[in-house]
Amino acid sequence: MNLSLDAEALYAQLRDRVRGVVNDDTRLVGIWTGGAWLAQRLHADLGRPGQVGVISSRMHRDDFGQRGLAAGADATELPFAVDGADILLVDDVLQTGRTIRAVINELYDYGRPSNVRLAVLVDRGGRELPIAAALAAATVQMPPAQKLRLARADDGRFTFELEGER
Amino acid sequence: MLSRRNPQLNTHGELIHLLSIEGLPKAVVTQILDTAGTFLSVNDRDVKKVPLLRGKSVFNLFFENSTRTRTTFEIAAKRLSADVINLDIARSSTAKGESLLDTIANLSAMQADMFVVRHSESGAPYLIAQHCAPHVHVVNAGDGRHAHPTQGLLDMYTIRHFKQDFSGLVVAVVGDIVHSRVARSDIHALSILGAAEIRAVGPKTLVPGDLREMGVRVCHDMGEGIRDADVIIMLRLQNERMSGAMLPSAGEFFKSFGLTAEKLALARPDAIVMHPGPINRGVEIASEVADGRASVILPQVTFGIAVRMAVMSIIAGNEA
Repeated sequence: MNLSLDAEALYAQLRDRVRGVVNDDTRLVGIWTGGAWLAQRLHADLGRPGQVGVISSRMHRDDFGQRGLAAGADATELPFAVDGADILLVDDVLQTGRTIRAVINELYDYGRPSNVRLAVLVDRGGRELPIAAALAAATVQMPPAQKLRLARADDGRFTFELEGER
Repeated sequence: MLSRRNPQLNTHGELIHLLSIEGLPKAVVTQILDTAGTFLSVNDRDVKKVPLLRGKSVFNLFFENSTRTRTTFEIAAKRLSADVINLDIARSSTAKGESLLDTIANLSAMQADMFVVRHSESGAPYLIAQHCAPHVHVVNAGDGRHAHPTQGLLDMYTIRHFKQDFSGLVVAVVGDIVHSRVARSDIHALSILGAAEIRAVGPKTLVPGDLREMGVRVCHDMGEGIRDADVIIMLRLQNERMSGAMLPSAGEFFKSFGLTAEKLALARPDAIVMHPGPINRGVEIASEVADGRASVILPQVTFGIAVRMAVMSIIAGNEA
């Protein structure tokens, strides 16, 4: 399978679609690491008020028993009240849905949002939980073993990295 | 002690027990500090708990009393959702003559997943780590004069929080170094993290000369010891460990090595003052310094919980 994903073109699509579904009270929350980059850039490009949130799945991951605590210094920072907030979660790639499940648990440790939606750059299929994105710039089917990851260059431009068997 | 490989690490080099900072790779120390940073925010949440150790049992085995250290481990374990069982061993089975390993075998039969061990004998946590079941993890909460690794790590976290980088730092450890497992753990950690200069400051009777072999500058004069220091770690004068005539008197000690505002003025203007607690006001530190602007003694306590959460969650996630 020959897959070429233009991350910058997809980002432009995502940006235009996000613009249509948010209002001034919506809070963008990016999931570490790729989603956080996206949320920060969306926040700036859309000239959004307030501050962007970042959220980490590591405290609530369901693979702690097999894989241990994920390394890294990614910490959740939600610089606004979560109680009653309209939240748009942003991530680069949606696959099993397990990260989203963990992140929703993390979000609830901070309060009870009024509404939570999910926007992703790529929905690659392979869901293992009943989770769906409200917005996806691209929907593709990929072999489960193949890894797809967003990368960010020094100038801020996005590319996709593909690893593993095709 | 470190026979074939470091007993704290599995074959992948991952931390499975925390027994001593000595011999830990820098990457592991940094991983603990980075992870602790992510746990600090748990204090700010509505729900001050994360589920990483849900369903696990942490046994606090304090063969030597220490209410404060035990409490911080208990808080850390509870914030990770573990079940915590506190055993005041000093007053129970050992008093009836049970051996250490029999105690451990019995507690293991109660489905323990982690032992947090404080013992007056150096090496007791190593012995336990060598004899417990493979899925059980051991954290040294202070053994004899040997090590107090979580205190050393929380001290490093505190220094990094206030000073960011270790490479240019002059750190003075002051007081009763010979009896101090905290001093030993701090010195190992500082040297792993690459502090520019480590000084051990105190009277000849309380500062072992062989520290020089570890690259430590030994100072028997307080002025020399803290001049231009970025970080001053004051140690508690351990009256309960002191035997014989190592010191003329507590008053005499304070005059020579107690940290007063006047002596603190010799250090760098932005120096921080640390102390593992409990502090003896007027013995090793003056009240005006303990409560003053340079003091980071209370932040140390807060960071200590995050560091202990980091250690417990890292070792619990790694297999032997």
